[in-house]
Amino acid sequence: MSNIRGGAPGRVAVRKTFKLFIGGKFPRSESGRSYEVTDRKGRFLANAAMASRKDARDAVVAARKAFPGWSAATAYNRGQVLYRVAELLEGRRGQFVEEVAAGEGLSKSKAEAAVDAAVDRWVWYAGWSDKVMQVHGSANPVAGPYFDFSVPEPTGVVAVLAPQESSLLGLVSVVAPAVVTGNTVVVLASEERPLPAVTLSEVLATSDVPGGVVNVLTGRTAEVAPWLASHMDVNAIDLAGAAPELVTDLQVAAAENLKRVVRPESTDWAVTPGPERMFAHLETKTVWHPIGV
Amino acid sequence: MPKKFDYAPAPESRAIVDLQPSYGLFINGEFVDPVDGHAFKTVSPATEEVLAEVTEAGQEDVDRAVAAARRAYDKVWSKLPARERGKYLFRIARILQERARELAVLESLDNGKPIRESRDVDIPLVAAWFFHYAGWADKLDHAGYGSNPRPLGVAGQVIPWNFPLLMLAWKVAPALACGNTVVLKPAETTPLTALLFAEICQQADLPPGVVNIVTGAGDTGRALVEHADVDKVAFTGSTDVGKMIARSTAGTRKKVTLELGGKAANIVFDDAPVDQAVEGIVNGIFFNQGHVCCAGSRLLVQENAYDEVMTSLKRRLGTLRLGDPLDKNTDIGAINSSEQLARIRELSEVGESEGAARWSPPCELPDKGFWFPPTVFTGVSQAHRIAREEIFGPVLSVLTFRTPAEAVEKANNTPYGLSAGVWTDKGSRILWMAGQLRAGVVWANTFNRFDPSSPFGGYKESGYGREGGRHGLEAYLDVGVSR
Repeated sequence: MSNIRGGAPGRVAVRKTFKLFIGGKFPRSESGRSYEVTDRKGRFLANAAMASRKDARDAVVAARKAFPGWSAATAYNRGQVLYRVAELLEGRRGQFVEEVAAGEGLSKSKAEAAVDAAVDRWVWYAGWSDKVMQVHGSANPVAGPYFDFSVPEPTGVVAVLAPQESSLLGLVSVVAPAVVTGNTVVVLASEERPLPAVTLSEVLATSDVPGGVVNVLTGRTAEVAPWLASHMDVNAIDLAGAAPELVTDLQVAAAENLKRVVRPESTDWAVTPGPERMFAHLETKTVWHPIGV
Repeated sequence: MPKKFDYAPAPESRAIVDLQPSYGLFINGEFVDPVDGHAFKTVSPATEEVLAEVTEAGQEDVDRAVAAARRAYDKVWSKLPARERGKYLFRIARILQERARELAVLESLDNGKPIRESRDVDIPLVAAWFFHYAGWADKLDHAGYGSNPRPLGVAGQVIPWNFPLLMLAWKVAPALACGNTVVLKPAETTPLTALLFAEICQQADLPPGVVNIVTGAGDTGRALVEHADVDKVAFTGSTDVGKMIARSTAGTRKKVTLELGGKAANIVFDDAPVDQAVEGIVNGIFFNQGHVCCAGSRLLVQENAYDEVMTSLKRRLGTLRLGDPLDKNTDIGAINSSEQLARIRELSEVGESEGAARWSPPCELPDKGFWFPPTVFTGVSQAHRIAREEIFGPVLSVLTFRTPAEAVEKANNTPYGLSAGVWTDKGSRILWMAGQLRAGVVWANTFNRFDPSSPFGGYKESGYGREGGRHGLEAYLDVGVSR
């Protein structure tokens, strides 16, 4: 792990500061708080920013601001941008392997498999950008002189509670299906294994993803998630990483503005998913266009 | 004001409807007396005449209905080959067509809507809905939800009073086609066509327990929605109740779809053919007395077309005929209930007190029953309650705009997102506007059109899930990601 390893004998490593990622920038938590992140054996890895309610709100503002541009980008463009993310993920493979191995307590080979799967997952979703409309849309044979068609559109700002165990593959598997279709995301990283999420944010910042499209928070899930669930400018929430005892309260909070809710369920993130998680963050718009001479 | 043509009354005969003095609950294929429920009366909103006594189902009654649906699901319906399931739906569709006139008259009696609408819109769509979903029953593996999509189990369905039988069709047809069994609660003020539908299920020899109908009010609905053995909740109604349902189903495995309120913008550009647009405005807000969740209740007129549109609109409103719902000449029927009438009156008074100008055509209201004249508010600002809240009555709020961008901004300035209308001669502008509007249905140069193949449902606080077409199947299938 880069924060532990010194490199050549006698050399003092330059450690990374793990910050939040909001609106394309890397602020510390406005609360000034941080928390200690350790490996599975309890050894210190880093101090991560402990996001507050204010940080969550700032992230939602950034995501809302980014939504018009990102949702209006062509599907081809979004696909290119996301594929570019996969390229840069691959380029940081070694760093991710170290972070995943340390955080999840995996052997190097298992961590490599998880990182490879995460890169491939990102590529898989990137390729969906210009296919989802054909697969999920329709032309509807109505009984009347109208060309009637239904198209999927992004729901808006999606809050995501990333899976707690699978810190990179799980994270990618819940963020990519939301952003590929034009949603913007505020993701709360795995509480105890947040480092790959922060490194992912560095990848996002140096790829072509516009600032605010993905915002990454680290901190206490039980503290931050309720603010996201109750936020009136969040349109949907994926509860993948919510502990069972939080789920009911978060759903109740989400009901206030009728957020679309994806409930948590045990998922093997290594298995290639279907398109359902993308569909969960889509609205269907039906247009009745007149026909006549 | 042009003269209204005089027509002799042309009432549709009530003789076709054979109303019983009282109705039980339809559970496990037969009408049964309640265990812990009691009787209440359903009236004709046009005359306040009592039409029949129906049963308010209690908790135990709901338990029995859900148990019957569960039994039918486990033992019969889930084991039936999909093709046979579909054939039952085709059979129901045919009987609906055969008894269409009877259903239309009963709907107008119980709901107050003009016979012209129940006869020409509601009931034909009801049959069409069953036909459409009948055909889906044995084609679900081609619907895009995996190779062997499974039903959810027992669906608890709660529907509103504005399109009683049509809402039943929107709920029951896809649920059965996907292999679920249902317990349906019609609205307390409009239970009669659902009870007639129960008879149709009997005529179709639908296996007992596949469709159960429990009449009642809010408590009955709550008992159904919160029932532990219900796998799926489908609700159409107000956003407030929708939020209550979202809260009460939190932490459960129930799949929920909600079709809720709206405050649709009907946007008229200066190049729109005015006469056609005015017909659309009238259809958008005065169809079904404005008791339509997707009603075009906010008229946005481009400023330079405002005078022409308003003059033409007022002239047209002067020709609308309000009165006996069973009269074939009637355009505007009765308000569904005294409670709804009170709400419409209250919000209209608020509209005046907040400074908007109120106008109605000269319009004689019948002495008995619940009536409200077609009403137009001008000088409405976006902050006015009549521009923000769903009135669910024949009340139109008129606002203006200058540019397409301003129209979009105003149209989207609402927590709702069910529908919108665009009137323009320019095809490219229709599609641009359609892309900008945050609403589930956009009608261009038309309004309030429905079709079983056309997905319908809302963005934002207008709810979630779609009804109609292939998309409508998702609400009743286990599609993997749970929500």
